[in-house]
Formats: sequence, structure tokens, C-alpha cells
Amino acid sequence: MSTVPSTVPSAEPVRSHPPQASQSSARWRTTMMDGLWHRNAALVQLLGLCPLLAVSHSLVNALALGLATLVTLLVSNTLIAALGRHLHDAIRLPAQVLVIATAVTLIERAMLAGLPALHASLGVFLPLIVTNCLILGRAEAFARRAPIADAAIDALATGTGFAAVLGLLGALRELIGRGTVLGDASALLGEAASGLELRLFAADQALLLALLPPGAFIVLGLLLAAVRAPASLRPRKARPPARSTEPDRPVSPSVPRP
Amino acid sequence: MSASTQRTALTLGLLVGIALLLVLVMERMTEPLVARSRAQTLERELAAVLPAPDPARTGDADRWVPDASPDEPDEPDAPRWIERRWLDGRLEAMALSVVAPDGYSGDIELLVGVRADGTLSGVRVLEHRETPGLGDDIERHRSDWITEFDGLSLHTVPARDWAVRRQGGRFDAFTGATITPQAVVGAVHRALRWVERHADALSRAPPP
Repeated sequence: MSTVPSTVPSAEPVRSHPPQASQSSARWRTTMMDGLWHRNAALVQLLGLCPLLAVSHSLVNALALGLATLVTLLVSNTLIAALGRHLHDAIRLPAQVLVIATAVTLIERAMLAGLPALHASLGVFLPLIVTNCLILGRAEAFARRAPIADAAIDALATGTGFAAVLGLLGALRELIGRGTVLGDASALLGEAASGLELRLFAADQALLLALLPPGAFIVLGLLLAAVRAPASLRPRKARPPARSTEPDRPVSPSVPRP
Repeated sequence: MSASTQRTALTLGLLVGIALLLVLVMERMTEPLVARSRAQTLERELAAVLPAPDPARTGDADRWVPDASPDEPDEPDAPRWIERRWLDGRLEAMALSVVAPDGYSGDIELLVGVRADGTLSGVRVLEHRETPGLGDDIERHRSDWITEFDGLSLHTVPARDWAVRRQGGRFDAFTGATITPQAVVGAVHRALRWVERHADALSRAPPP
């Protein structure tokens, strides 16, 4: 099973240093917008797609994995920024993987204890968060050389951006494939959540394809197209020039990766 | 070994120690909750593999752990335990906790429900680590496959048919996964034969 995403951290377009100059609030805003939108992990960088496609067949599943990824990212980015320069190059990667794996193990155990049905439904994709290149990518490319606050903000923004796309994909697939939104809430979260369930149309009018693995690719492809369409329809000249401080940063989601 | 190498090794060792400690503490803290949810799952699956109880009559149940019998000292097929359900002092049905050791990745834990007449009343998977998307169709909530066993017995299915179709049997395999269903079919077959061999011991009521 090729669950290890193909993109290695080094292949990611480099945002090697958090911008040094200017006030920190402006820097934080840039980090925020980058993580949420301009360099959204799922929509622009296309990172971490394996779990994204595997568990996005229902909104509850997708959001749960998105939140678990967000928490892992927050823990790993913050700790790795705190460890910072104490880590010798020889143990940098092992230490980063150790931090990430520990965070994921704790989250998995907590979910097994608190929400066993959800844990069973996510199955192997919960422990596989360890191999999500998105997390090691942020640690390696950003957090290890950033101040702790910057690393935490980057994790929050990147994680939220990832979870939001995952949730949107889950909601779309569940709606098209089953005609419901949060339809399995009571099964996965307990009876108390049954009030969240929403059926919009009968299941026999739904398109099963959306729930199947090919449906994941098709829905994600349509989503990507929809996000990039407005920018690519705009005449080329209208694009603002790239900022001089970060010449290699894509300006908007429409810029294809090299 | 230079001082900086020592410091580096120490740092990594310290990190590993902290990580281990955190995981151990977490395991300890959540143990009661996890045990409770496991017990709930087991109850639910027991109800699923055993025939629905007759609401008009109250039966009795016990859990029997077969010890290595003197005539067959080490029997690899022996179930780990058997939940027996009694009605008016007679064995009505039982659920065997068995393990299929030959899955694609590790053991597959199964619950096999058998009526007193030797027909299968249901089979469920309790735990497994088969490949997601390929082998996990043995789970009831992913596919109907596991219900194929319902109602079968050693009398209706000859020994050579207890295999997946690709290996000359009568059971369906999954696209891309033969080993997983074959392991389950084999384990169910062995459970049924074990029940046949130990019919006398099984139907002997426990001392009151």
C-alpha cells in the first residue's frame, strides 16, 4: 500500500525563512493567509492527499481526520520550533518524526477511549497521519527555524486550511453519494449527536459513485477546478507582481507549481 | 566519542524517554475506558452471531474456556473461549472466539456463532489489520460478505468446498484480496470441525 505521500518535504517550493523584517503582526497575517488560502496544503500544494481521499466519504469522518491532523501539526510545529537549534543535524529528522509519532499515538489512544466508533471508522488512516508529508514538511521547511509563535500560527493556519478542504470534500461526497449531511453522526459520535443529522433527499436518488474511491478523485478535481477557475479566467496582466521578499512564492492558487 | 556526539545522543535519548513516558501514562489513564468499550463491542457482536433469543423463555449462558484435553494435548484449532447459551438445560447455541492466524497482515479475530445442530448462526470479525479498501470487506459494515456463512454447516458444504472460489471452493473472494477471505473461511471451517469433535464436552452442562 503506497500510503507514504510522494512529495518529500524538500520538493516543496521553499519558504525557507519566515520573513525577518517588518512587524510580527504583519508577518503573522501573511503566515495565516498563506496557510489558509494562498498555499493551502490540499488545494495548492496538493499535499496529504492519501488520507484526504481515503476518509472523505462522510463529513464526520473527514472532519475528525482533519482535526486530528490539525492538533498533530500544532503540537509538532510548536515543539519543533521550541527545540529549534538544540537539535543537531544528525538527529533532526529522527527527533521530528519522534515528536510527530508521539503526538499521533496520544491522539489515537484518546480517540479509542472516547469515541471508539469513530476510531474504528477512521481505521488505519489515523495512525498514518505520522506519514502525512504535510506535517513533516511544515516542521522541516518552516517550524525548525521559526519563532514558537510563528510556528504555532503556521500550524493553526495550515491545519485549518487542510481540515476545511477535507470537510468540504467530505460534505460534498456525502451529500452527492447519500443525500445526507452528518448522516452518520449518531453512529460515530454517540446518540447525543443524532440531532445533527440532516437528510436532504432520498438515498435512492443519490449518486453512489461519489462515495467510491474514484468519486474522491472526481470531486476533488472538480473542487480544484472551481477554486482555480476565477484566477485563470482573469487576464494575465491583472495579476499583481510577486513580492520581492519572497520571489518564489505563488501569488494565488492559480499559479501552477513547477 | 566527542563531546558534541555524546550530547547529541543524549538529546535523542532524552526525547525518546519523554515520548515513551507520555505514551505509557496515556495508556494507563485510558485503560478502563478502552476496556469498557471493548466489552460493549463484544456484547454487540455476540448478539449478532447468536440466534435471536426466544422472548417467551429465559435461557442461561456461560463462558467456557476449553483446557488442553488429555487426548489432544496441544490443539492449535481450539477456540480461546466459548460462550454457550442454554435453554431448559440443553445447549441451544454457542459463540466461539477463534483466531485466523493466516491473514494478510497478522491475526484476524473472529466470533463464530453455531447452533446446537451444527449450523452457523453468524460470523463476525472482532479485530483485524487487513489492508484497508481490499481486505476489510470482511467487516460487516463494509460488505455483506460475512453473512454468506449464515445457515451453512459441515453437512451442507463438503470439506473441499470450504475455500474461496479461486482455490476451488464455494466462497467469493474480493477484488485484489484472496488471502484475507481464505483465512476467514479456513478459520470458520476449523471452528465447525472443532465443535463436531467436541460435541459431547460442549453439550455437557456446567456444574450448577
